[in-house]
Amino acid sequence: MAHFNRGNRPLSPHLQVYRPQITSVTSILTRVTGNALIVAVILIVWWFLAAANGPEAFARADWVLTSWFGDLVLTLSLWALWYHTLAGLRHLLWDTGRGLELKTAEALGWAVIGGSAVLTLLTVLVV
Amino acid sequence: MVELTLPKNSVIRSGKTWPKPAAATNLREFRIYRWDPDSGENPRVDTYFVDLDTCGPMVLDALIKIKNEIDPTLTFRRSCREGICGSCAMNIDGINTLACTYGMDEIKGVVKIYPLPHMPVVKDLVPDLTHFYAQHASIMPWLETETNEPVKEWRQSPADRRKLDGLYECIMCASCSTACPSYWWNGDKYLGPAALLHAYRWIIDSRDEATGERLDQLEDPFKLYRCHTIMNCTKTCPKGLNPAKAIAEIKKMMVERAI
Repeated sequence: MAHFNRGNRPLSPHLQVYRPQITSVTSILTRVTGNALIVAVILIVWWFLAAANGPEAFARADWVLTSWFGDLVLTLSLWALWYHTLAGLRHLLWDTGRGLELKTAEALGWAVIGGSAVLTLLTVLVV
Repeated sequence: MVELTLPKNSVIRSGKTWPKPAAATNLREFRIYRWDPDSGENPRVDTYFVDLDTCGPMVLDALIKIKNEIDPTLTFRRSCREGICGSCAMNIDGINTLACTYGMDEIKGVVKIYPLPHMPVVKDLVPDLTHFYAQHASIMPWLETETNEPVKEWRQSPADRRKLDGLYECIMCASCSTACPSYWWNGDKYLGPAALLHAYRWIIDSRDEATGERLDQLEDPFKLYRCHTIMNCTKTCPKGLNPAKAIAEIKKMMVERAI
């Protein structure tokens, strides 16, 4: 509660000392992947726009996006997409009041991490 | 608002290492957050060594031993020593819990102790809980009724009474709220897991007649909906309660009454 006038009182440490939990890590990753996907969307829109702009522009965008770096970014985006999708499903389940027992919630956390990794690999292999 | 780092006056400096007790073989190292309001200095972390052969099993036993035998200036709240008063809630080994019910054998290596996270510090391990209590009061933690008072008592069926199980046991130790990142960033407006668990406790009480009013009061982008189901609250609750589920139930009732 940094917003209060604490006088000369210090603010006790928080992120610095709190041990990460599987539920808190998967929660923040949902937000991180959601925001990272905006970047991925921009890159892909750039690809399409370049394609509509003519061969030269497309060649440039295509060179960036199919380079090893482009591959890396898009593969990570693929994982982010799967992760965000699974985490979103988890949120939908929670919104019905289910899956909120600690053990279930933690198992769901691991399932989201493991599931997104597996689905990413499958997608890479299939596509 | 999210502020990942500590304000200047809150940055922790390294403190002093207190001498080891003489002729002790079974020593346990403790690193404890210290802040003295009279010194004008930043908080620090002091190192103590406790002889486990002459100490009780709980973290609170060690704290009391340190205060009695090594450093009488070490300040912390404690009262019941059996997990029912909630006074000795603090951050131990990276999670919030009660020092009196947390065994030292549950911790590997050095025992690190800080005050409840993201709170104004009064002294050492004592946080200022004024705002936390005010938020609890704001949810009207009492029976609200309109009908005439019954001659004997407000009756409740055993089934309705059971709905309060897992809620009434809350001792307001503040472990959950101060474990919640949403409460860290928006604690001025977000009520936090403890106050919301209490809100739910009265919302589903069959004898209460202000359910609508209670839900109206929570229908707010901050008070209720800053809960993003991070679940640090449920994970850390020393009483094994589930504030995250209570909050989800309130959110469900909000939807159900709207459709």
